[in-house]
Amino acid sequence: MAAVELRKLCFRYAGSEKQALSGIDLTVEEGESVLITGPSGCGKSTLVRVLMGLIPHSYPGELEGEAYVFGMNVKNTPVSRIATRCGIVFQNPDNQLFTFSVEDDVAFGPENLALPPDEIGRRVDEALRLVGIEHLRHSSPNNLSGGEQQKAAIASILSMKPSLLIFDEPTSMLDPSSSASLIQRIFELKRSLSETGGKTTVIIVEHRIDLLLRHLSRIVVVSEGRVVLDGDPMKVLEESFRRGIPINIPPLLQIYFRVREKCGLKNPPATVKELASMLGGGGSKNG
Amino acid sequence: MVKIVVENLYYRYPEALDYALKNISFRIEEGESVAILGENGAGKTTLAKNLNGLLKPTEGSVKIDGVDTRSLSVAKIARKIGFVNHNPEHQFFAEKVEDEVRFGLRNFGFSEKEADKIIQEVLSVFGLEEYRGRNPFQLSGGEKKRLAIASIMAWRPEALIVDEPTIGMDYAQKLNIRRVLRSIVSEGRCVIVITHDVDFAASICERAIVLSRGEVIGDGRLRDLLSDDKLVEKSSLRKPFLIELEEETGLTGLEEDFDAISSILMEVFQKCRS
Repeated sequence: MAAVELRKLCFRYAGSEKQALSGIDLTVEEGESVLITGPSGCGKSTLVRVLMGLIPHSYPGELEGEAYVFGMNVKNTPVSRIATRCGIVFQNPDNQLFTFSVEDDVAFGPENLALPPDEIGRRVDEALRLVGIEHLRHSSPNNLSGGEQQKAAIASILSMKPSLLIFDEPTSMLDPSSSASLIQRIFELKRSLSETGGKTTVIIVEHRIDLLLRHLSRIVVVSEGRVVLDGDPMKVLEESFRRGIPINIPPLLQIYFRVREKCGLKNPPATVKELASMLGGGGSKNG
Repeated sequence: MVKIVVENLYYRYPEALDYALKNISFRIEEGESVAILGENGAGKTTLAKNLNGLLKPTEGSVKIDGVDTRSLSVAKIARKIGFVNHNPEHQFFAEKVEDEVRFGLRNFGFSEKEADKIIQEVLSVFGLEEYRGRNPFQLSGGEKKRLAIASIMAWRPEALIVDEPTIGMDYAQKLNIRRVLRSIVSEGRCVIVITHDVDFAASICERAIVLSRGEVIGDGRLRDLLSDDKLVEKSSLRKPFLIELEEETGLTGLEEDFDAISSILMEVFQKCRS
């Protein structure tokens, strides 16, 4: 069964004249790691709201077409039921944290799944460790910095061990080293869950692509409410570059796509050092 | 034009045990472009809020044009120093995009006619004209961010502090915001950018103040600070792409223009071949 199946999906927010989604067709199989990207305002966040059933259940508007998550039709499945399989980390952590301690926020999900207390304890410990905020366990979310709040929001979803993990710009407020380690940990978690039999599907909405690239099985580019590109990450990025779709193509690739043919490069460089040595301009650092 | 002097600033949140900022001193002269960098929880936003009087020092002082922020109202400071919150929703309350921009203008005594003209201008700069009548809360993440910047820029404060301006921005908008901030700097106004996006910071700011655990661990030319491997590691930052590229290739003076960089690199490549 596909994790996500969208057929000719259209949505218009009440009060808006323009469709936010205008005919999305998208299938995500279980176990995939998919990046959804596209120009700002293209409908990415709207799309993930549908996957959680928040559209149509919490956002008024006009929904057409079909949307299935693990076979559940989002139109007639309560959000609480979808939430047993899908977890979403919102763009804005403020929308997610509401108790007086990080620990309580992280325990809230598992408590609602009616898990035994010792299992809840284990999951809270694990989630806090995965995002590296054990030291903030007893802090109030209100007193945390933006980046720390974002980590707490992520932990509060990881503790539910959902089969489909959706992240809406998970690293937007994180410093570069926290971003790198968070992305690393998300995919380690996905792997370790897969080893124990469960298949975890990851859907990430992000503008920053560089850190994710090597973990992805696919990139989907949405523009003006439609899927305009979908497929192998490197091919999609190169095609976006060629068509001038304004997504944040990593700087290394910006250069690679421009010089590739003329310089006869076969593979994209992984580091600046590699690029320099491919082009024969390296070494001047040391004289 | 505005000048900010920070002296032995300590700040502690009311119920907290530790200081969020410890013994911070620096001056920001008129027309400077400064990046405030540092790891999550380093105190960047707390510092910014002390610079515009939203928070008042627990000890030490922040002076704006020679006047202690404790004796100035938040509104008075805001007229001079605009602050764009990292979470745009904390800033919005109007029901229409255009009213969000109009609010500040009205408060600062602009006539309705002037306000209309300015609203038209800033919404067009940020590509938000078509959303004029929309509810700000219904905009996408990136659009909210742009509206937040537009509504502060509108009254032309002498200095602008922007907290995480690139969140939710696609490439084209990032370039647009860069252009807007650079033009503010070129007018001799001051821009202070709080960001984790080191490439963005490097493309706008001459100077960086690097914080770690509430203390300043670096203050100087951004280029010099972010070339320092130890400092970069200690503050959980990353070397900007262009600095790394220059170090690896020996080229200098590269600007973030990938067409230009690519042709320079291709020349180098051809020379190496021949």
